[in-house]
Amino acid sequence: MAAPAALSEASPGTPDLAVSLRAVTKTYDSGVMALGPLDLAVRKGEFVSLLGPSGCGKSTALRLIAGLNAPTTGTVGVAGPGGAARTGHSIGFVFQEPTLMPWTSVRENVRLPLKLARTPMPEANRRVDEALAQVGLAEFADAYPRELSGGMKMRVSLARALVTNPEILLMDEPFAALDEITRFRLNKDLLALWRDLRKTVIFVTHSVFESVYLSQRVVVMTSRPGRLSAEIRIDAPEPRGEAFRTSAEYAGYCREVSAALVPSYAGQPG
Amino acid sequence: MSSLQTPPLSAEQGAPDNRILRLVRIGLPVVVLAAGIAIWALVVRLNDIPPYVLPGPGAVFRTLMMDWGVLSQSLLVTLRTTLEGFIAAAVGGVLLALLFNQSKWLEYSLFPYAVILQVTPVIAIAPLLLIYLPQETAVIVCAWIVGFFPVLANTTLGLNSVDRNLAGLFQLYGASRLQTLLYLKLPAALPFILGGLRIAGGLALIGAVVAEIAAGSAGAGSGLAYRIAESGYRLNIARMFAALLLLSVAGIVIYGLLALTSHLVLRRWHESALGKEN
Repeated sequence: MAAPAALSEASPGTPDLAVSLRAVTKTYDSGVMALGPLDLAVRKGEFVSLLGPSGCGKSTALRLIAGLNAPTTGTVGVAGPGGAARTGHSIGFVFQEPTLMPWTSVRENVRLPLKLARTPMPEANRRVDEALAQVGLAEFADAYPRELSGGMKMRVSLARALVTNPEILLMDEPFAALDEITRFRLNKDLLALWRDLRKTVIFVTHSVFESVYLSQRVVVMTSRPGRLSAEIRIDAPEPRGEAFRTSAEYAGYCREVSAALVPSYAGQPG
Repeated sequence: MSSLQTPPLSAEQGAPDNRILRLVRIGLPVVVLAAGIAIWALVVRLNDIPPYVLPGPGAVFRTLMMDWGVLSQSLLVTLRTTLEGFIAAAVGGVLLALLFNQSKWLEYSLFPYAVILQVTPVIAIAPLLLIYLPQETAVIVCAWIVGFFPVLANTTLGLNSVDRNLAGLFQLYGASRLQTLLYLKLPAALPFILGGLRIAGGLALIGAVVAEIAAGSAGAGSGLAYRIAESGYRLNIARMFAALLLLSVAGIVIYGLLALTSHLVLRRWHESALGKEN
């Protein structure tokens, strides 16, 4: 892998920033410019959604923040525990698919990040149990992934991301493939977890309703190359529940976000 | 008829249907076998064919019993050769694939020769090996040559079939090369490796037999293939058939054992080993 163009910690002047992207671009080897220039700052403990059409570079941005790819130009800053450079511990990643190892049990799947970090067994066991309890899967620890439903697999994936107790949770359209009802339930549970754990969450989605329900801030992106086109603050009170989802306020935010999204789809064949 | 009159009812009805189907699947080949043997016996009897041309099934069976001492000894020799060749093929194939996976340079340098070794007929290589190597070693090398390639090819395929997102996850958590190999690549490749081993088992037997036949006239061998060659020279056709029968059974048992191993290892998670009802 090529060395990242630039890695820095979140700028010292703003200690409450969890993630900051400055003038970040990403051009793939094929010459396609996927992203940028993009500027984005996410405060610690904030829940931000990146919203945009498919192929607008949302996932690319997430992969850059995770350090899975290096930016072509610009700087990606991620605050780690104690200001340390980014490690697996400070970031949890939930992919679009559950991305579980089919050959081993739920427990071992969740344990993986700790195993790779050579965490001592008793400590690892305790944290695995805790993470499984957080997503409500304690009873399914010994099941194999193929024995679980789509929503449960996603919960395992979430538990695996939480098991290292990361500062930042990156989620790449995690619930896109689920049915509506399961999706609602997972949204609700995710929100409850976020309230309890106060992680920084960057959530990529192409669902207006999901982004408004979950986030404190919705960042709308345009496609090819992905740029920031609008930012909408969702100032609805916590905790948000079923009442919020059916409120006029919610509908209003959805309308506003949808309107902001229109230019992103301009010129695209439906 | 009955299915027209009674509506399809329940699972209770489905279960006996399955059992009948399974009985048919086992029963039909057995019936074919019995018919084949009966026709064989009948042809020999009706045409009065002398046993040095074509012995009847009874004669073959009697020879199998009477010569069991010699034949079982030879069976053990051939099985041992096959096993040694198979283990060498399994270890060699997997190790080569791992090396190729770690170093592209090594893969580019050596892979063509692995292919050449595979496409050159082993029956043509065997006489040369017998000149340069002691016979026992030469036979094992033959079994290895035909057996290792499917293991190598399948393992390589398996190691390259790792889920991209899982690989990304390992990268994210800073996994070392060894950890990635042990916890990700090898388990992901396991179904492919087991498939390769299943092919290699049968091929190792073929390799061993080919080498024994090639060495046959040189004399020192005592495996089943050597018995077949020897019995041919003596017009002991019944013993040829008996030895051939043992070779087939050995092949079937080897395949069955490897298929069973594969099933037991994969049954918890891999599609290939799951029942239809899931």
